[in-house]
Amino acid sequence: MAKITAGIATSHVPAIGAAFDMDKTQEEYWKPVFDGYEWVKEFQKTEDPDVVILCYNDHASAMMLDVVPTFALGCAEEFEPADEGWGARPVPTVVGDPVFASHLAEQLVIDEFDLTLMNHMDVDHGLTVPLSLMFGKVPEWPVRVIPLAINVTQFPTPSAERCWQLGAAIRDAVKSYPAGLNVQIWGTGGMSHQLQGPRAGLINPEFDNAFLDKLSDRTDELRKITRLEFVRESGTEGIELIMWLIMRAALGDKVEELHRFYHVPASNTAVGHIVFRPVD
Amino acid sequence: MTTRTRLYSLEELNDIPGTRVFTALRSRQAYHLHKFCMSLMDATNRDAFKADEAAYLDRFRMSVEQKQAVLDRDFNKLIDLGGNIYFLVKLSNTDGWSAQRAVGSMTDMTPDEYAAMMRAGGRSIQGNRSIRGKN
Repeated sequence: MAKITAGIATSHVPAIGAAFDMDKTQEEYWKPVFDGYEWVKEFQKTEDPDVVILCYNDHASAMMLDVVPTFALGCAEEFEPADEGWGARPVPTVVGDPVFASHLAEQLVIDEFDLTLMNHMDVDHGLTVPLSLMFGKVPEWPVRVIPLAINVTQFPTPSAERCWQLGAAIRDAVKSYPAGLNVQIWGTGGMSHQLQGPRAGLINPEFDNAFLDKLSDRTDELRKITRLEFVRESGTEGIELIMWLIMRAALGDKVEELHRFYHVPASNTAVGHIVFRPVD
Repeated sequence: MTTRTRLYSLEELNDIPGTRVFTALRSRQAYHLHKFCMSLMDATNRDAFKADEAAYLDRFRMSVEQKQAVLDRDFNKLIDLGGNIYFLVKLSNTDGWSAQRAVGSMTDMTPDEYAAMMRAGGRSIQGNRSIRGKN
C-alpha cells in the first residue's frame, strides 16, 4: 500500500533557480538561502521517496491564458522544463507516474474534486526550483513527480478550506493505492511577497512566522484565513501559501516538525521551508 | 433561493493600497496582451520582437494603449490595462531584466533603492493594509 511518509513546503522563487543554474549558491547574497536547504538534501538521501505529489502553480507557462484550471493534475509520462523567456532551465526532464496519477484522478473526482487532467504540459520554475532545492544538481531527478497545479493567480483562487479538503482527500486516495510506494507531498510557493504595483516588495515576517507556527497543530486557524486576508497581509503572491495547506492536510491530524527555515529576502520574496513527518 | 455565504464584499479587494487583484474580467481584457507575452516563450519569436518591436506587436489584437505600454516597459500601466505579472515577466525576461528589476520598476524607487529595501527586510506591512483603515 502506498504511504505518505513526509510533507515538505518550500518557496519557489525563480531567482533561486537562476542563482542555482549559474553556480552562484556560494555568493554572499545567496549562500544563506541555499544553506537553509542543506538539511533536507541529506534527509532526502535517506528517505529515498519513489514519488512526489508536487503542489505548485503554473506561472503562465502551460496554462492561465486559454484555460484557467483551479486544480490540474499532470498525468503524462514526462514533463519538459518550460522556456519562461530566457530559455528552459538546464535541469532534467521531470518523469511522471501515469498509473498512480490516474488512480489519484479517479479517486479525487469520485470524492467531488472536479480536477482538470493534463495529458501534456511543460513545467516551470514553480515545480523545478523545489526539485533543485531538495536534490541539488543531478543528471536525472531521483523521484517520479505528479504535478498538481493550483490556480493562485486569477481571483478567486480556491479557498484555504477547499485546499485543506483536497489535501485530506489526497491522503485517502494515496492510502487506497495497492502498490507499495514511498510517497512525499510537497506544498510550494510563498511566503509573503507582492510582485506588482506600488506595494511591490511587501514582506510580512509576523504573518509568515505565525503561519509556520500554526502549521503543526493549529491548522483550524489557517483554514479560516480568507483570500482577502492572504492578499492584504501576505501580498498578492503570498496567497500561494494555500498550497502548503494541501500538503499539510495530506499528512493527517498529527505531525512532527523535523526542520524549519525562514529567510528574507530572495529577490522579492520571503523564503520559507518546513519538513513534517506524519504521526499515525 | 439559497442564501450563499459571503465573508466580505468583493469591493474590499479594492481597499488594499497599491494593489490590483487579477480577476476573470482583467484576464479577458488582457487576453491578447498575454498572448503576446506567452509568444516570447519561443526564441524565434523573441528574435522577431527584438528586431522590430512595433511590427511584432501588430501581430496581436492588443489595444493601442497596451502596445504603447509594452514599448515603454511601463509595467504599472500594463497591470492597469489588465495584465498580470506572471505573463509580463516573459517580456522582462526577454529584455534580460531580473524579476526584481521588473517588479521594482512599479514602485517609486530606483533599482538600487528597491534592492536595498529588500535586503533590509522588504516593505513593511504597517500602513499598507487598508486605504480606508489607514493601517
